[in-house]
Amino acid sequence: MKYGASPRGLAPYFFAELRFQGRFLCMSLELRAVTKRFGTFVANDAIDLKVEDGEIHAILGENGAGKSTLMNVVYGLLQPDAGTILVDGREIKISGPADALAAGIGMVHQHFMLIPVFTVAENIVLGHEATNKLGILELATAKDEIRRVSKEFNFDVDPDAFVEDLPVGIQQRVEIIRALIYDAKVLILDEPTAVLTPQETDELLRNMKILRDKGTSIVFITHKLREVQEAADKITVIRRGKVVGNPPVTASQEELASLMVGRPVALDVYKKANTAGPVVLSVKNLNIHDVTGRRLVKNVSFDVHEGEILAVAGVQGNGQSELAKAIVGLEEFMDGSIVLGGKDITTWSVHDTLYAGIAYVPEDREHDGLISSFSVAENLILDTFDTPPYAKGPILSPNIVAREAELRVKEFDVRLQSVQDSAASLSGGNKQKVVLARELSRPVKLVVASQPTRGLDVGSIEFVHQRIIAERDSGKAVLIFSTELDEVSDLADRIAVMYRGEIIAMVAATTSREDLGLLMAGVHPEGKRA
Amino acid sequence: MKYARKALATIALPGLAFFSALFVSGLLIAFSDPKVLKLAHSPLKFIGGAFAAAGKAYLALFEGALYDPNLAHPNFFDGFYPLSETLVSAAPLILTGLSVALAFRAGLFNIGAQGQFIFGAIGASLVGFKTTLPIGIHVIAAIVTAMVFAGLWGGIVGLLKARTGAHEVIVTIMLNYVASYFLLWLLSTTAFLRKGRLDPIAPPVKESARLPHLAGPNLRVNLGIIIALVAAAGVWWLLNRSTWGFRFRAVGANAAAAKTAGISVPLVTTLVMTIAGALAGLGGAVQILGSEYALTAGAGGSFGFDAITVALLGRANPIGTVFAAFLFGGLRAGGLTMQANTDTPIDLILVIQALVVLFIAAPALVKAVFRIKQLKVGSGVVSKGWNG
Repeated sequence: MKYGASPRGLAPYFFAELRFQGRFLCMSLELRAVTKRFGTFVANDAIDLKVEDGEIHAILGENGAGKSTLMNVVYGLLQPDAGTILVDGREIKISGPADALAAGIGMVHQHFMLIPVFTVAENIVLGHEATNKLGILELATAKDEIRRVSKEFNFDVDPDAFVEDLPVGIQQRVEIIRALIYDAKVLILDEPTAVLTPQETDELLRNMKILRDKGTSIVFITHKLREVQEAADKITVIRRGKVVGNPPVTASQEELASLMVGRPVALDVYKKANTAGPVVLSVKNLNIHDVTGRRLVKNVSFDVHEGEILAVAGVQGNGQSELAKAIVGLEEFMDGSIVLGGKDITTWSVHDTLYAGIAYVPEDREHDGLISSFSVAENLILDTFDTPPYAKGPILSPNIVAREAELRVKEFDVRLQSVQDSAASLSGGNKQKVVLARELSRPVKLVVASQPTRGLDVGSIEFVHQRIIAERDSGKAVLIFSTELDEVSDLADRIAVMYRGEIIAMVAATTSREDLGLLMAGVHPEGKRA
Repeated sequence: MKYARKALATIALPGLAFFSALFVSGLLIAFSDPKVLKLAHSPLKFIGGAFAAAGKAYLALFEGALYDPNLAHPNFFDGFYPLSETLVSAAPLILTGLSVALAFRAGLFNIGAQGQFIFGAIGASLVGFKTTLPIGIHVIAAIVTAMVFAGLWGGIVGLLKARTGAHEVIVTIMLNYVASYFLLWLLSTTAFLRKGRLDPIAPPVKESARLPHLAGPNLRVNLGIIIALVAAAGVWWLLNRSTWGFRFRAVGANAAAAKTAGISVPLVTTLVMTIAGALAGLGGAVQILGSEYALTAGAGGSFGFDAITVALLGRANPIGTVFAAFLFGGLRAGGLTMQANTDTPIDLILVIQALVVLFIAAPALVKAVFRIKQLKVGSGVVSKGWNG
């Protein structure tokens, strides 16, 4: 065969005629009483869902509510224990992604399934490679097709660009183009905005509407209320594996949040005016390199004062992670100075900086914050296990460790059965509470928190924010790193914006979302490129 | 009750793996027995013959490992000769097993117990035959020297990993070769070669440096097994009740989180490899001072390599390691009797050992065979990949 059609009988993707026929043949997707269990845990409990053709259907729910499980069932990555899936009213069986694609269902995962060192075109033909008579990979048709789709939707994607060189927002478009080229009529987007800048998010929402207007239905999975309000035509709220409601798109954020969480939620963070004191942390001319000598943080200087929250805003990957790590002593290759309470701690070990009064909430709590096979009690003393009262000389006192753990767990409202349970058994919110409980139990001058609420449910976010503000109000200096504009605006007393390793602006907390978004993209609001 | 269930969950995998290995090996015994194969024309007789052959072999194995009634006349206690042999084999295995298990718990894969064992044997032998010291002190001096030699040999690995990131698996494998050939060379020098001998053997260690027998001169069982059990208790305490053990386990379970909490990973790596080396070296000392009495080119045997299997079977837990070492000691001792009594080659013991490892390394296989859904796997035994 000249063109390498998929062995599963998919139409070769570059038969444009076929594709366009598909495009305008709209399609509806219906789930009836879909149930999925993992052991005794019911992830999806008799879920009914109907996605009409040409609508953006938002599925709103907290982390762990069962949204992703449901979509993995639809996409054939998981098999339901009960229930049926109907396309255009006909029941179909989806045993794998190939079946889903054949039925016209495409999915863009939260973590992109792209090979970074391949070009856009190579990624898109992956698994459906066409070859010429000599058996050599033939990409010309695919490239034309990519250009055409790209133009049709104003996506601005170069088929010859290497994926690793593309910004995340463009990579996501590559995924969307792939789904469209393979003839998807229902497109599932799993938490698509989690990795995007505010500008990219706005563009994505615009693109979603264009796709809808051209006949592609979109299932939009998210836990962000603002996006639901902006883009959705219909909303289904899922809580603990069950559909709990279909609120109208006019519902307020508070209404949506309380439906999602199951109780009234205060979305606004209450914060007293701050009274900033003397400088606690002073960073001067800090440069950080990676092993290869690439500069990740460039000449950064700033101060954090007693009783203030300085928020460092920026899109993921602009040097914030490294900056946070450098302050606690986790970066190796750096120069400049870091002064805490008058002492130069630039070259101090992590142990010493923590004991000098830094509480550190790492960005990746699963990987850096907790030891998942250790008990909660052990995780609460990862830093202080060798000091009294937990140890007498080299001897650990398990009873005291457990007793103290009970107190901390109560104070920080960690929901668990026993402090001897492994950290792995906790939910994301409770894990973060364990990290906070540990870090704030030492004498602290400065709190450094990197992405403190990433991936947390609304209730836990509320708790973490209140706790951070309480630390500020008790006179501590707080430095948070966040990619969430809402979080930055809600918490900060001052905002530093990082872009490509530099702090390009230090602005007031009252700066508008739009201006912050522009700054995060490296553009000064007056229009000058930073 | 809760503890009983927990214990059961922990031993389920190694236990089932062991019985699976026995079963498969039983098939091997039956099918390699010409007498059984002759019965192939009648399925019933064939099955009976197969069971008989495997049963006989395993009975001989048991007799050779624990108690042999044939030796019990006239003295009942002489029947325990095999048990004594089992304990003699188990003692160095416990110690090298602990060495590997401790490293496992800190996220390090110590393939180098063999080389560390050899250096321990060299140290013990050197002090044992070269120096003259009072009874008691001589033994202690020999043991301490062995542990220092082997501790340094292991510590090098830790230091290299901590300072340069060199992977401990490669370094220990290479150092095993160095240790083996160093031993060969040493036994060719006038300082070590026994007078009047051409084959590589050192002078015997003096009486004052030998470990005392526990059950009379006829049985070889000696203080070594007590030393091994005390060491196991010590390692258990170190891991579970000391601040250093907390550091070790933290680094082993998640080095990134340990580092973020202020634990020095390089220090832990160096220290753990030093202690692991000292434990394996203690094994070498027990072997030389307890049963061999003289250093030979083959002094290392395969104690350091079997230790990896023992530690895996014991799930990197000191108590489990002791039981696994008893089992392997029994297989070693019993294998000889099995070969003598039933024509089943002793190599079958290696097959059983290999199958145990295979079944443990592939828990999904055991799960599938025995239809167990919730089988506790993996905990305890962790080792990082090449980039760790």
